[in-house]
Amino acid sequence: MAVASINVSAAPRVRYVLRLADTALIHAQRLSEWSGHAPVLEEDIAFSNLALDLLGQARALLTHTAALDGQGHDEDRLAFLREERDFFNLTLVEQPMRRSSAHAPGGDFADAVLRNLFVSVWFKLQWQRLRASTDSGLAAIAGKAVKEARYHQAHAAQWTVRLGDGSAESGARMRAALARAWPYTAEMFIDDEVDADAAQAGLGPRRSELRADWRAEIDAVFAEAMLEAPADTAFVSTGSRGVHSEHLGFMLAEMQHLQRSFPGGRW
Amino acid sequence: MHGAEVTSRIDAAWAVLDGVLDPEVPALSVCDLGLVRELRGADDGGLEVVLTPTYSGCPATEVISDHVRDALDAAGLGPTRVSLRRAPAWSSDWISSEGRRKLREYGIAPPGPAGESTVHFIARGVACPRCESLQTERLSAFGSTACKSIYRCLACREPFEHFKAI
Repeated sequence: MAVASINVSAAPRVRYVLRLADTALIHAQRLSEWSGHAPVLEEDIAFSNLALDLLGQARALLTHTAALDGQGHDEDRLAFLREERDFFNLTLVEQPMRRSSAHAPGGDFADAVLRNLFVSVWFKLQWQRLRASTDSGLAAIAGKAVKEARYHQAHAAQWTVRLGDGSAESGARMRAALARAWPYTAEMFIDDEVDADAAQAGLGPRRSELRADWRAEIDAVFAEAMLEAPADTAFVSTGSRGVHSEHLGFMLAEMQHLQRSFPGGRW
Repeated sequence: MHGAEVTSRIDAAWAVLDGVLDPEVPALSVCDLGLVRELRGADDGGLEVVLTPTYSGCPATEVISDHVRDALDAAGLGPTRVSLRRAPAWSSDWISSEGRRKLREYGIAPPGPAGESTVHFIARGVACPRCESLQTERLSAFGSTACKSIYRCLACREPFEHFKAI
């Protein structure tokens, strides 16, 4: 049975929150792929915990989006009944996690460690600023999430140093993963009309405001990890605008399957 | 309803809540954990309870809300309405001294003070809840629930859980 897909308001203030929600949701979904498969038991537990925190943040943000949207949707409808082009996450977080692909980061634990580092620092810087948002609901979510992001960053940084400055093999794998992931970080700092509106309304920071702080924190970790940031490229991914890599569609097909097949089904 | 009656009803409600245990750390009540931010009588004669969840993704949040409502209703103090409040965010600093003692007795090392800027990723000076030795080391940053990490005592060799400072 087919279930009609839903649309969410394209108003900048709704889109600003939805972009954060989708990045947290898709990142959580990918991280959870390590459950039962991580290289050591402690990391298996760690990835499940990281994913759980992010899923909790995504739920709060989706619920808040639904309230701002005002069409009577809820977190589940937003997660399970939107089409691929109506998701606005960073392209980086939809990349394969455990399977390698010719032109995508993923397939190695090193990819997972670096993605966690990049995204947790970016989220932490967002949350720190969003605590002062004129939207009190968003500020409240940020006040909780910033504590979790700090913990996620500390964990990812520790692994980045351990593997980057580890054996010849682990260092080589980290450098290879870094070359794959780095081009996707450009999107984290590209502004558009949603950012302009958010900055003007005091809703939250423009993405470009985060760039210098993000780079300083990443460079500090890299210095200890014996890694060097690659040169920036002209490539800018566009997931935040709804134009995704080929990987998101497959992921949503799996993630949304149950609610599409059994509408309204509950555990 | 007279003022004194309301007060005694609220006192009774607090006593009931002190018996509502956290499903994942069943040594502690929702009061010990500092989850209950407000408890007041409603105009319709029922109760309003405001809870603050611990972690964004804590799967126990909904179960705790249900248990709080069910316990107060079963004690004849309802109808109870439970709402969640995110701000200010919950901190492990809100765990009472009684709660810390119960944690230790249950075998979980209680959290140290939660800092705003520094992350004590590997907390120092975590005392073994069994032998009180400070010669301990962290085995895993994450544990069986979002709120705990796993340590080992180098003196008595027992592994134990540490409630993270957040």
